[in-house]
This record gives sequence, C-alpha cells and structure tokens, in this order.
Amino acid sequence: MAVVTDEAPAATATKPSRRGLDRRPGLSRKLPYLLLAPAVVLELLIHIVPMLVGIWMSFVKLTKFFIANWSAAPWAGFNNYRVAVDFHNAVGEGLLKSFGVTVAFSLITLAISWILGMAAAVALQPPFKGRSAVRTLFLVPYALPAYAGILTWNFMLQRDTGAVNHILVENLGLTSDRPFWLIGGNALASLITVAVWKLWPFAFLTLMAGLQSIPRDVYEAAAVDGAGSIRQWRNITLPALRPVNLVLVLVLFLWTFSDFNTPYVLFGNAQPPAGDLITFHIYNASFLTWNFGSGAAMSVLLLIFLMIVTGAYLIVTGRRSRRA
Amino acid sequence: MRLRSFVAAAAVTALGLSLAACGGSDSGDSSGGGSGGDQTLTYWASNQGTSLDNDKEVLTPVLQKFTADTGIKVNLEVIGWNDLQTRIQTATTSGQGPDVLNIGNTWAASLQATGAFLPFDNDAMTAIGGKDKFVPTALATGGKEGEDPTSVPLYGLAYGLYYNKAMFAAAGLQPPKTWEEMVTAAQKLTDPAKKTWGMALAAGSYTENVHFAFINGAQNGADWFDKDGKPTFTSDGNVQGVLRYLDLMQKDKVANPSNAQYDNGTKSVNDFATKKVAMVINQNNADSSIVANGMKAGEYGVVPFPAPQGSPNQTASHVAGINLSVFKNTKHKDAALKFVKYMTDATTQTTLGKPFSSLPVLKDAKPVFTTDAAEAATFQDVYNTKSKPLPLVPAEDQFESTVGKAMNGLFAKIATGGKVSADDVKAALQTAQDQVAAGS
Repeated sequence: MAVVTDEAPAATATKPSRRGLDRRPGLSRKLPYLLLAPAVVLELLIHIVPMLVGIWMSFVKLTKFFIANWSAAPWAGFNNYRVAVDFHNAVGEGLLKSFGVTVAFSLITLAISWILGMAAAVALQPPFKGRSAVRTLFLVPYALPAYAGILTWNFMLQRDTGAVNHILVENLGLTSDRPFWLIGGNALASLITVAVWKLWPFAFLTLMAGLQSIPRDVYEAAAVDGAGSIRQWRNITLPALRPVNLVLVLVLFLWTFSDFNTPYVLFGNAQPPAGDLITFHIYNASFLTWNFGSGAAMSVLLLIFLMIVTGAYLIVTGRRSRRA
Repeated sequence: MRLRSFVAAAAVTALGLSLAACGGSDSGDSSGGGSGGDQTLTYWASNQGTSLDNDKEVLTPVLQKFTADTGIKVNLEVIGWNDLQTRIQTATTSGQGPDVLNIGNTWAASLQATGAFLPFDNDAMTAIGGKDKFVPTALATGGKEGEDPTSVPLYGLAYGLYYNKAMFAAAGLQPPKTWEEMVTAAQKLTDPAKKTWGMALAAGSYTENVHFAFINGAQNGADWFDKDGKPTFTSDGNVQGVLRYLDLMQKDKVANPSNAQYDNGTKSVNDFATKKVAMVINQNNADSSIVANGMKAGEYGVVPFPAPQGSPNQTASHVAGINLSVFKNTKHKDAALKFVKYMTDATTQTTLGKPFSSLPVLKDAKPVFTTDAAEAATFQDVYNTKSKPLPLVPAEDQFESTVGKAMNGLFAKIATGGKVSADDVKAALQTAQDQVAAGS
C-alpha cells in the first residue's frame, strides 16, 4: 500500500522534467558528468595526486641532498626497491622484521576484536533494563580521541608508576618483580591490548547493526524446533551476518595493518622492536633519516601487498558466496 | 574507506609534500625594498623556556627593541622540539620557510647538505660581526668542516655531572674526578631496597643515548666517521665506550632498570631534583627544572662528566646548543643578517642567557644562567675547552637516530633481564652502520 502511494507522485513528477531535458539533448548527456565533476576533481586532488607523487618518489633518490629541489632528484630506477627487499642488508632485514611483527599484530588484534565485538553484540541483543546505557558505555573507546586514550594507556603501563603494575604487584601480589610492559617481550602484548581496546567497539557497533536486521521470528521458529542458543548462533546469526562480516573483517584488517597512531603514541621514543609496526617503520625510515625515496618505495610495496591481500580475499569470499 | 587506507599507507611520505603546501608561512611582506623601511622578517624560534608562551614573553621585548633600532619588524613563531625538525623539512621541501630560524646545532651539517640555507661566507660573516666574536668550538658546529657554515651559534649548552651535596657528605664522598670514582660513589649511594639509586639515566631517549655514545667513544679516542664521511661505528673505542655507559645499569647496577623507559631527559632530572638519585648527567639548562622541583641552588654541585683514569681524551660533552640559520631564498637577506647580528651580540646574549639557561657563545662573555659561580665556571670550562662537536658530516642525523635507537634497544634488553656483551654492542652498531650506509 505504502509502496504504491510513494511511487505514484514520483513518477508523475519526473515526466515534465524529462521532457524538458529532451529539448536539450546535449545537456542531458553531460549533466551526470557535470554533477560528478566536483567529486572527481576532489578525489584526484586528495587521493590520486599524493599517491602518484608517492609512486614517483619511490623511483628517485630523494635524500636530504635533494629535498630542497625535489623535482630535480636524480632517477634511482628500482634501487630503492632493491634495497628494501634485500633481506641480507640492514634496511631490508629491518623491513622484513617489521612486516612480520605487523602481520602477527594485525591478525591477533583482528581476531580478538571480532570475537569481543560479536560476543557483546549477541549478549546485548535481548532487551533488558539499562541496555542502551551499556551499549553507550561500550562505545566510549571508539568515541574518545585516539591520542588521549592511548596516552592514558601509556601512563597505566609504566613500570614503576603505572596502574597496571600497581594492581598486579601491590593489590593482588601476583609478582614481586614489576614487569615491563612497554619494552622487551611484553611490548607486543601491550600494543595488541591497546589496539583491541580501540578497535573492538567498531566491530561491536557494526555487528549490532547487522543483528538488528535479522527477523526475531526466525529465532522463535528455531527455538520451537528445539535449537539451542549456540545452534541458533551458528545456523542463523552467522549466515545472516555474512555480508556484514565480509566487509568488517576486511576493514579491520586494513586498519590494523596500517595503524600508525597506536605505536607512535604508546611507545614514543623508547620504541621496542616488538612494537615496530610497518607504517611506523616507514615513518622512521623517511623522516628520521631523511630518505624519502626509500620510504616511498616501502610504502608502495605495502600498498601492493594490501591490494593483493584484498583482491584475493574478495575473490575467495565472492566465490564462496556464489556457491552458497 | 578502503581507498583511504590504501592512500594513507602509500603516501606516508607524500604527506610531507602535501603538508608543505599548507605549512608555509607568509614570510612575504609588502615591498621588500632595499632601504629596510617596512620589512618584516619571519623568525622560527625553538622552545627554550618553560613553555612556548614563556618563550614568547621572553623574546617579544627583545624583538621589539630590534624593531625600534632598525625599523625591521619580526614575525615570531615559537616551535616545540617535537615539531621543529619536521617543520624544517617541510619548509626545505616547499621553499616556503621563514627568513631566520633556530636549529639544533647537531643538525647543522645535515641541514647544510640540503643546500636550502644561506652560507655565511666572508661578507655574510662580516655583516653579523665577524667570526672572531664566537667561541671557536661553538662556531665549529655551524656546518661541515672546510665549508662556509650555514648556521652560527646562538645558545650554548654543555653536559655536566650534577651531584647531591648532602648525599655525598653523608657518605663521606668527594665529587668524582674519574669514571671509576663516579662508579664507586654511585654504588655507595645505591640502595634498591630504599628505592635510592646512584644515578639516573635517560636510557630510553635516543638523543641522550647517542650523546653518551659519542662522549664515551671520544674519551677512548674513537671517531664515528672517517675523513671521507664514512661511518666507523664498530671501532673498538666506540664499542667499549658504549658498553661502559650501558654497564652503569648492567654491571655496576647504579641505575634503576626503569630508566630504560625514560624517553627524555626531564624524567631523570626530576628524579635528581626530588632526591631519589644522587647524580644525573645533564646539560646546564637542567638548572631551571631542578629548582622548579624544589631543590635549592646550593644543594647540588656540578663537575665535568668524568673520563676513565688515564684516558687519552678528557672530552666531557658534545658542543650542545642552538644555532641560527637563514633560508637561502629569503627576500630580505640584509635584514636577516642584521637580525642574526643582533641576536648574537653581547647585550642580547646577556638578556637571554638567564631565562633560557644558556651559556654564552661569545668569547670573554660571562655565563648568567646561575648565581653559583663555581657551577657557572665549570660549565663554561667544559663548553670552551672539554667539548667536541658531534660529527660534522651530512649523515649526522642518521648517526643520531640509528645509534641512539640501537642503544635504546640494548638498555631495554638489560632492563628486562638480558645480558649485553661487547659482541652484542658491536653487532648493534654494525646494523646501525649498515642502515646509514644504505640510506646515503
């Protein structure tokens, strides 16, 4: 009923305007492009141009000797790439290590964030008193400015003055020797904790929105047929959330893989090898040693890697979708 | 969103270039006429005082006097240390920089290599009052040896060993003259059970760490670069020098392992000022923080950072401090040189020496940053006779970041219970050296 009343006036309204456009056939063909033009120009300026400049930079010898006149930097060919992937050399070795750390960091952070997000979204699905308050509370880390949140973690994870060790050592008496959290072997665990804290509310929010779209009567029917909550989750919730999950997992992966803020703010200058994420590594390679050509080459390699992963992911998941 | 992530990853470096377009300040003014009538200079000052606002308060009357004297207006911007190097990089890249700016003097040779800064040749040097007015070691920081410098000294700083007089007296100790005496005293004053330590080290700060790598190496008679500017990080003198410094935490155990997380000098100075540690090695501008934390001027003394007994070299500090540079593409060269002359003349040096806790960079000038005559004399002596500039080579910035960060890692290993041998130090310095070689 509502559909009919909505569409009828719209159809009559478009008729005169279409006739009006027909009188100027040139404009009707150009109009969509004209309307798109500002967006295309902005897209070019904001995304494409810096990317092209970055790619160009990766092929030139852009060190401190040339940055004052960077357009005249000498051609380096593939040399920047060769240095970056020569794993017997200090630069390549550093990049490889940092890549390994980043892969571990991304996969673990992604997995934990997704599991937490899913658990919270499912738990908060049935209505109860105070549900919206709890939902809001869960979103706080997502709403907080990254810098403030991560800096607070930095304070809490200090060895002598931090709240974490205070609780572990003084309150609970779990250990007499205060552990370091921001240097040494625990650094990666700390980094993952902070990244998950920052990221999981997004997974929660997205999955919660996805859950709202599943009709309640499907669950009721399943319950009548004797399906328990785990069975319901596996056979109803998961398949229904599949489109949401496809996008969510990809986005979470790309975000964690290119995370810069978390290691930068959490570790500051005393950055441990276990916290040397790849974007941070590239930043150091470019800005601390003024070797922008080499940094750009590393960035392009990262871009290619992420494109391959994304492409493969989309192909594999797309094929499965068609089969299903 | 996906595309944005891609671009963010891809263009970390391109960002520098696009920022440059926004980062440029309008150094341009109206006419740029030769008479200097209505010129306006843009000046980037580094953060020297207790805050950016404090710097503005201190500098404004000084700049107003310059305007009154010459008719040249100065547009001041104070920049924090964390941003300064990036701002200089973007200014260099875009050509949209200030006319005159402060640089950390250790960056001088690296910045000179960009070709973006005005060389102080004979004419320019004469215009700012001649090179003879400067302390020679201070002037030597201005750029690569054998080339016209692209910066001149403005504020001098030097390292000294601060010690707590009461703690030394209670333990019956004299201020140390050699490395061995320093370690013995520090061990006597260390009692982890009472949470007191002989020394505090900024062991997580790569800039502090590299300074001590340099000073300890120099005391062993070692250099970090050869005559051709090639890195020689792994020479015995350097390896042993670095190990000696690391051993303060590892073998001698006179520093709290937590110091491995001290990522700037302020934290170690605070430990000293609050009497948790008996000694700290810091530059003379620590005075203001120490006093601000409640320690009185007479409660601490300063001696030169000691070398081991029988050491071939008594280097106690690198020539630390701030230099002044002029951008080569300035439209107001004469006015800029007048400004440099004014900032480095005796009166201005005296006016700024106290609030910025700096040593004078001029010959025969007296330090005014402290009322303690003995302390002033110690620092002046270290600065004028016991200090050596950090390597004056274009790769100096890479030396700072690679060696400094290698030492952060070694300290972290010690703090978390690992052992660091001379071989480990050598391996870490080899990696640093390879990074420098690959990057230049």
